[in-house]
Amino acid sequence: MNKAEIRAIYLQELSRIAPDIEPETVGDNDHIQEDLELDSMDVLNLVTALHERTGVDIPETDYPRIATVALAVEYLKGAMQ
Amino acid sequence: MAQRRNPEISGRDNSQRIDVTVKSGAGKSPFDADVFTNERDGSVNIANVAVDRHVVDGHADQVALIWLGKDGDRRELTFGDLKDLSCRFASVLRDHGLAKGDSVFVLMGRVPELYACALGTLRAGMVFTPLFSAFGPEPIRTRMEIGGAKVLVTTAAIYKRKIAEWRDQINSLKLVLIVGEDAPEGCVALGPELAAASPDFAPVHTAPADPALIHFTSGTTGKPKGALHVHNAVAYHAFSGRHALDLQPGTIFWCTADPGWVTGTSYGIIAPLVNRVTMIVDEAEFDLDRWYATVQNEKVEVWYTAPTAIRMMMRAGAEAAAAYDLSSLRFLASVGEPLNPEAVIWSEGVFGQPFHDNWWQTETGGIMIANQPGMTVKPGSMGKPMPGIVAGIVARENATLRELPDKEIGELALRPGWPSMMRTYLHEEARYQKCFVDGWYLTGDLAMRDADGYFWFIGRADDLIKTSGHLIGPFEVESALIEHEAIAEAAVIGIPDETAGEIVKAYVTLNPGFDPSEALEREVRGHARKKLGAAVAPRAILFRKSLPKTRSGKIMRRLLKARELGLPEGDISTLETDET
Repeated sequence: MNKAEIRAIYLQELSRIAPDIEPETVGDNDHIQEDLELDSMDVLNLVTALHERTGVDIPETDYPRIATVALAVEYLKGAMQ
Repeated sequence: MAQRRNPEISGRDNSQRIDVTVKSGAGKSPFDADVFTNERDGSVNIANVAVDRHVVDGHADQVALIWLGKDGDRRELTFGDLKDLSCRFASVLRDHGLAKGDSVFVLMGRVPELYACALGTLRAGMVFTPLFSAFGPEPIRTRMEIGGAKVLVTTAAIYKRKIAEWRDQINSLKLVLIVGEDAPEGCVALGPELAAASPDFAPVHTAPADPALIHFTSGTTGKPKGALHVHNAVAYHAFSGRHALDLQPGTIFWCTADPGWVTGTSYGIIAPLVNRVTMIVDEAEFDLDRWYATVQNEKVEVWYTAPTAIRMMMRAGAEAAAAYDLSSLRFLASVGEPLNPEAVIWSEGVFGQPFHDNWWQTETGGIMIANQPGMTVKPGSMGKPMPGIVAGIVARENATLRELPDKEIGELALRPGWPSMMRTYLHEEARYQKCFVDGWYLTGDLAMRDADGYFWFIGRADDLIKTSGHLIGPFEVESALIEHEAIAEAAVIGIPDETAGEIVKAYVTLNPGFDPSEALEREVRGHARKKLGAAVAPRAILFRKSLPKTRSGKIMRRLLKARELGLPEGDISTLETDET
């Protein structure tokens, strides 16, 4: 899976969990909680969805590493290798 | 800056009296020992008891608040600083012509200004009304209308996103203060105002029963309820902080709750300051490593948090905690919803002591039932009534109540009379009076008492939903849903969730011309999130052709919930049209 594909998956799952967010308006460094107003349950749902889509197991201590599109793409790409 | 002076809160007439007397052991209840009324005129002001009293006693330089910014800033505020800031904030309110009794709404994250606002508002004899900053525009607007907001203190970002569009429609609103150095049009920047304002402002003479705080809580039907609390509530905040949380002068205490909810005000501002502890305020949301690092680095001694966070710690496992030195902790407490027994046992293994669950609600203003320090903790139980608090399990029989024996399930009820009990629901005296029957206050929670006197939570007696420790009224969610053009009717229930306790789920029927689809489900959910905010909006929406209703047309949420959970459907004799 390349970075563009990971990015697309992340944005798809983000907008499925929080349909008030329009994927095209999400900036690479927007923080999902501070800028996009996800709450902690949304974050858990996002973690679960990303695991299902990419196979990457994201432990609690790594949640900050998926907090923006840019961080998540790097993190997931690294974990999939 | 405007210089309209309001004589009633000039602060000049009482500048000589900031001392208060603490009498000991005089009354019949244990908390009657905490008498903070001025001996000469009988006044009591929470800001005076929480801050000025300690300054007078020589503790101006003690750190009252350690603020941890989300970007890594760390700032210490002493009791002297809090006095200065809250005086300045009170002066700003006075200089803008506001008067004793006016309600000051606060809508922002956990920044130092929030604490200056809370204490400055109380100092000025005005009514502090905090709202959860993650609320969407509708819950904010409804609450500001009910509370007759005169002042709103918020941030530029929140104002632009959630308030600006309808601000002019709140007729009572006189002043919008914006944290920072700049403000959007029609608003006033708080930073320059605080810098220019007078640092002298003696607490206004407020009577023990004068309004101090409004906390909103959800109702099953109708609008949210504004529970009003008075200045003398501080007596119970002092007592319960000491007795239920072991707060002592100098204790390093971290209450993780946001002041937008009652826990974050009663035990995140008032009780700790009154007991002269040093409190930790973290601006950031839950982040496992950050939390453990905060306990370690700040040497937190008493930690008061919520089951949702504790369950997230559990999921991460003991290994995640093992990397930190958490040996400073000496007392752990939890509130918001029942803490599962496994979490109590887990915490004992990881932290060397269990989380002590306790129970109270917005209306009671303070902890009522608790696994108290020194008491045997029964995992899964909310503990025993606090000293001086009388609790019972009752059943309603016509217009009277019958007390039930141990081990029977009924409604949890309390004998009213402690100082932090609500005094009314704003503009809804009838709804308030309905909470009292036969000399009992009815809590709306179902519970039972065991043979040892411990109370156990069973569920809600009504349709309110408890998610991540917060009560959500189905009516408020349903109202937002049916504002969407596709939605004809909506019924909202809570379904069990292992992390959040319950999550919000909606059943809806569609207007002609709309058909169920995944796209429509998302659109409606997105609409609800925009209106209500993520914490309140439904996580799932199911389309139905019709909803179960009584003959009088009332949607039977109870029946939907029983079916969702596979439970017996109970009495369905009033069912007229069923779900399809």
